[in-house]
Amino acid sequence: MGDSVVKALNDVNFKVYEGEFVAIMGPSGSGKSTAMNLVGSLDIPTKGSIYLDDNDISTLEESELAQIRGKKIGFIFQSFNLIANLTTIENVMLPMMFQGEEVEVRREKAKEVLGLVDLGDRLDHYPSELSGGQRQRVAIARSLANDPEVILADEPTGNLDTKTGGSVMEFLEKMNKEGKTIIMVTHDSDLAEKYADVVYWLRDGVLEKVTKRVGKKFVDVTKKVKKKVLKKVIKKVKGKGESR
Amino acid sequence: MKDFFILAFKNLKHRGIRSWLTLLGIFIGVMAVVSLISLGTGLQTAIGAQFGISSTEVITVQAGGLSSVGPPGTGVTNKLTRDDADAIERLSFVDVAIPRILATGKMEFNDILSFGMAASVPDGEDRKVVYEILDIEATEGRMLKDGDVGKVVLGWNFFKDDAIFGEVIVPGKSVLIQDEKFLVIGIGEKKGSFIFDNMVMMNDDDIIDLFEYGDEVDLIAVKVKDKDLIGRSKEDIEKLMRKRRDVDLGKEDFSVSTPDAMLSTVNNVLGGVQAFIVIIASISILVGAVGIVNTMTTSVLERRKEIGIMKAIGARNSQIFMQFLIESGLLGFVGGLVGVILGVAIGVAGVLGINSWIGSEVSPSIDFILVGGALVGSFIIGAIAGIVPAMNAAKQDPVEALRG
Repeated sequence: MGDSVVKALNDVNFKVYEGEFVAIMGPSGSGKSTAMNLVGSLDIPTKGSIYLDDNDISTLEESELAQIRGKKIGFIFQSFNLIANLTTIENVMLPMMFQGEEVEVRREKAKEVLGLVDLGDRLDHYPSELSGGQRQRVAIARSLANDPEVILADEPTGNLDTKTGGSVMEFLEKMNKEGKTIIMVTHDSDLAEKYADVVYWLRDGVLEKVTKRVGKKFVDVTKKVKKKVLKKVIKKVKGKGESR
Repeated sequence: MKDFFILAFKNLKHRGIRSWLTLLGIFIGVMAVVSLISLGTGLQTAIGAQFGISSTEVITVQAGGLSSVGPPGTGVTNKLTRDDADAIERLSFVDVAIPRILATGKMEFNDILSFGMAASVPDGEDRKVVYEILDIEATEGRMLKDGDVGKVVLGWNFFKDDAIFGEVIVPGKSVLIQDEKFLVIGIGEKKGSFIFDNMVMMNDDDIIDLFEYGDEVDLIAVKVKDKDLIGRSKEDIEKLMRKRRDVDLGKEDFSVSTPDAMLSTVNNVLGGVQAFIVIIASISILVGAVGIVNTMTTSVLERRKEIGIMKAIGARNSQIFMQFLIESGLLGFVGGLVGVILGVAIGVAGVLGINSWIGSEVSPSIDFILVGGALVGSFIIGAIAGIVPAMNAAKQDPVEALRG
């Protein structure tokens, strides 16, 4: 320990396109959660850059990061992370409150997104009164509240049995078909390859391989992706004149 | 802003009893202040009534200087005389100056001995003035009149119950005062003052004989022509008395007091009591505030995960800060609310209690400015106590906080 530096992620470059369903795969300790925290602007990298809509979010102030998290990113967690003191609809309204939406707008929107996940009849239930699958659907609804561009799902089915997990995944797939970009972190390769278009395989903080769906099969596109992204990153850094 | 209040309210609803117990300090402090102030006005009026300070146009002259606070006449060497009263009456602002005797003595009835005070009632026109100043009438029998010898009128307390002599005294009965027999001819109406309600009234001639007063008197009651000139009259009387008693300004061996001055003495005493209770209340509120700091700090630790979630779904640091600050303020507010409710209740009950105890008739009132101020103050104290915990909450690292 002492002065030694633990690199959770080292030299990982990838690019996610709008409307893609991406899975970040890896065993525990592979750095996939760190990757997600970075993409989700919960954390900022010690070195390197993260671009969202061509904006480098690794240089932003805390309040700007919060703004981005609230507006452009929707989080779904393994342990649902609903607020226990609030009802279903209040949980979904909360992200909109932080964006300063009017209460009536919030309520309407919350009803709408809860309808999307088939929870229109559970508006006033508290999380403790809902099943795991229902709770995760509330979390999905909450992630959609501010119409984010990207949905980040961290082991969304990790606390659910296969059947309810499957239904939660179907909702994610539905969101993806409606145009949302989805980045899912998982250690379950079956799940990754069942729903994702592209899978990034991490091991020990390093990008091990990239596989892409072509028809029904996944093919290894590691070299291609690495080259392409690197070029793009270099170009971007040069374009900005100087990197941080 | 409103949203933060609603959210804070929801969070408070789920607080455990531990959080509420920490409010005890705030609640006791606020209760003390509110009840005290509600009581204060009542107490003031009641104590004023107790000392018979009702008529506002009467100046009282007593021997003994301002430092003498015992019953009239105690420890006085150089007494006032009837000549002093005549001299005062000749002053231009003075309507009448009535020499009065207040003698302490024993009274016997039903084979029980008791000590009390007898007051003189003068003859002629002055009698009317005294009854007017004292604002007293007979509730049983009649008041004294000129030429009544060997007759007394007793205060209400002798008639009210048998507490003093084991038997109620009614007009027609005889009592022994200083071993002399006196016929009770009347009972004074209830005055709500322990002085008047325990007083024995007898005519000037009787009291002078009985207590062997010569030309001396205990006090001179001066009624002024115009009560707006009461201050001026007081100065004139003081000047005259200094000359008559040959003393220098500032070394008076007599006192000239106006009702206002007496009331302000009462207020000074009350003020001291109030200041003491306010200090205790402040300490209590301070303890309460520390309790809020404590419970909020614990709450921030317990709710790290919630803070992480809120940050993940877009809460800015300033919003988290506001959330916890308002929650803390509301916590204080709840303490204040309970304190105000109980304080007002105690105030009202206290005033009613005083009324029934000493027979005064002060109507209890609720001071809404006081209530509002106490509530706003409690909120502010709570919010101030919450500043540091709220800052801690705001600066939690989202990734760390999400781990719980």
